[in-house]
Amino acid sequence: MSLTAADVAEIMKILEGSGFDEVLLEIDGLKLSMRRGGAPVTDGSAGAATTSMAATAAAALDPGTPKGAAALPPPPKPGASQGREAASTDPTVQDVTSPLLGTCYRAPKPGAPPFVEVGTVVSEATVVAIVEVMKLMNTVRAGVKGTVTEILMRDGTLVEYGEPLLRIKKAG
Amino acid sequence: MAIRRILIANRGEIAARIIRTCRALNIETVLAASEADRDSVPSRLADRTVCIGPARSSESYLKVETIVQAALGTKSDAIHPGYGFLSERAALARLCESQGVTFIGPTAEQIEAVGDKLRARAAAEGANVPVVPGAAVESVGAAVLEGRRIGAPLLVKAVGGGGGRGMKLVERLEDLPAAVELASAEAGAAFGDARVYLERYISSGRHVEVQVLGDGKGEVVHLGERDCSVQRRYQKLIEETPAPGLQASLRGALHEAATRFAARLSYRGAGTVEFLVDRQTGAFYFLEMNARIQVEHPVTEAVTGIDLVAEQIAIANGTGLRRELANIARTGCAIECRVNAEDPANDFRPSPGVVREVVWPTGEGIRVDTHIQPGSRVPPFYDSLMAKIIAHGPDRAAALMRLQRAVAATRLHGVASNLPFHAAALANPEFQAGGVDTGFVARLLAARPSMEMAAHG
Repeated sequence: MSLTAADVAEIMKILEGSGFDEVLLEIDGLKLSMRRGGAPVTDGSAGAATTSMAATAAAALDPGTPKGAAALPPPPKPGASQGREAASTDPTVQDVTSPLLGTCYRAPKPGAPPFVEVGTVVSEATVVAIVEVMKLMNTVRAGVKGTVTEILMRDGTLVEYGEPLLRIKKAG
Repeated sequence: MAIRRILIANRGEIAARIIRTCRALNIETVLAASEADRDSVPSRLADRTVCIGPARSSESYLKVETIVQAALGTKSDAIHPGYGFLSERAALARLCESQGVTFIGPTAEQIEAVGDKLRARAAAEGANVPVVPGAAVESVGAAVLEGRRIGAPLLVKAVGGGGGRGMKLVERLEDLPAAVELASAEAGAAFGDARVYLERYISSGRHVEVQVLGDGKGEVVHLGERDCSVQRRYQKLIEETPAPGLQASLRGALHEAATRFAARLSYRGAGTVEFLVDRQTGAFYFLEMNARIQVEHPVTEAVTGIDLVAEQIAIANGTGLRRELANIARTGCAIECRVNAEDPANDFRPSPGVVREVVWPTGEGIRVDTHIQPGSRVPPFYDSLMAKIIAHGPDRAAALMRLQRAVAATRLHGVASNLPFHAAALANPEFQAGGVDTGFVARLLAARPSMEMAAHG
């Protein structure tokens, strides 16, 4: 399987026209990850502001790409904590983080409306997400009173322990 | 399907060690790390790190479901469990099997068969491998009867224990009832299994173990033995291969017994069969089998030139055993020191902290397996192993000299280490002569009280 420059350009076009801000593609040993540059996307209304796009392709199994023969490790990878945006220093803002590693869901079941959206007013006990570990569903609660300002998780994807799921502007 | 991405469910030097082989094989690595290890060297070496939970291992490294979920979520084909943590937990192997993730290790059934000391003893007897005279005891009354039959001194062991945990030495038969009751209560609390058994205590024994590889279909090869008699409270400190001064016939008998034992289980993967060799009689007895890669595997790699982690992955891939493995030549001698963050001047108390400065030794025949660099953290939550220094030479004297120089050349500041212990042990005439028994460390420390204070825990 090979991917030509034209294919990559086509994928970029599709991404730009879509509501997503990141594409991770894996085909037979080829890994392609694309991300929109610039500000984090807040909700589904994407596409307008971001024009720059960074594309990096790595042929993981290409023997011509040595994957670090050096004995000493490189400095920390910026991508090592991907999906982990720096928590806001604003004291009126609080991130709800995942209490465990698992698959996160924004809704109680497929097709159902999400627990919360941007703008939803929550209390400490409001359920905001589910994190599944081997068929075991763990509910995540807001833990704070306020208004949801950002959804940081992607439905159905792996979240790590401590990874921010959404951001809440604290009330009063 | 060939393994292309491996989730490493471990930390420390063994995580770094596994990543090294994966890179050589062009296999991607995902490190499952606790919060305390997010910024560790293995985390930087891995292609990706996922945080599986807080520092406490019961909330992270010991969570079977989380580890398998991490493998599924990162699309890893296989899990390498390293040693310790979940490496010998049948539940992990079983969950991997049901989820279509390759477990790099033996089957769940094999882990269970060797993890239960009584079943392992029975399997050894079935394979015509000698076991230490002993028996399981159901009650204190039965223990007294058995104790009389076997004779003192005796060891009371927990069926569910291992690595020396839950063992009691009984010198006189009249002390047996109290020891059995205490051992049973402790075993129940520590392992959730109150069963104990008695074994004759061998007063002067050597710990000699045999490295095996099995294809899971009944074919097993051995890669020689390792002598791990330099132990402090059953914790190995120095290991070497070949075991010095063993008669050729005894050495051969050990290799054959280990191979027979593993073949009877149709053992899959890398494993180690441990024996106690009676120094007085030259008789040997099966102790247990470790169903994983061992800390001390590098000495075997040094003399055979084999990458044991690569062989584990090949077996997990279903490629079977390479034909060459059956007749592999073993060249020279290799000795390993475990460098722990513990203070020999303070009863070997763990010494966690930040390593301010470290210079690991280099030179001909020297290998260092470590995850410690300047600035590295030694967290208090895990074992204190910082590095293994391995020296290989054409003969034992050469290997020993290289290791002594390497230990002396190591610079380590910020945390206390057991390097002074190693310097003393390697220079000791008894160790230099070779073939010490498992009482060596206690004798060494008694003769050098400055290295260990009188307060024994």
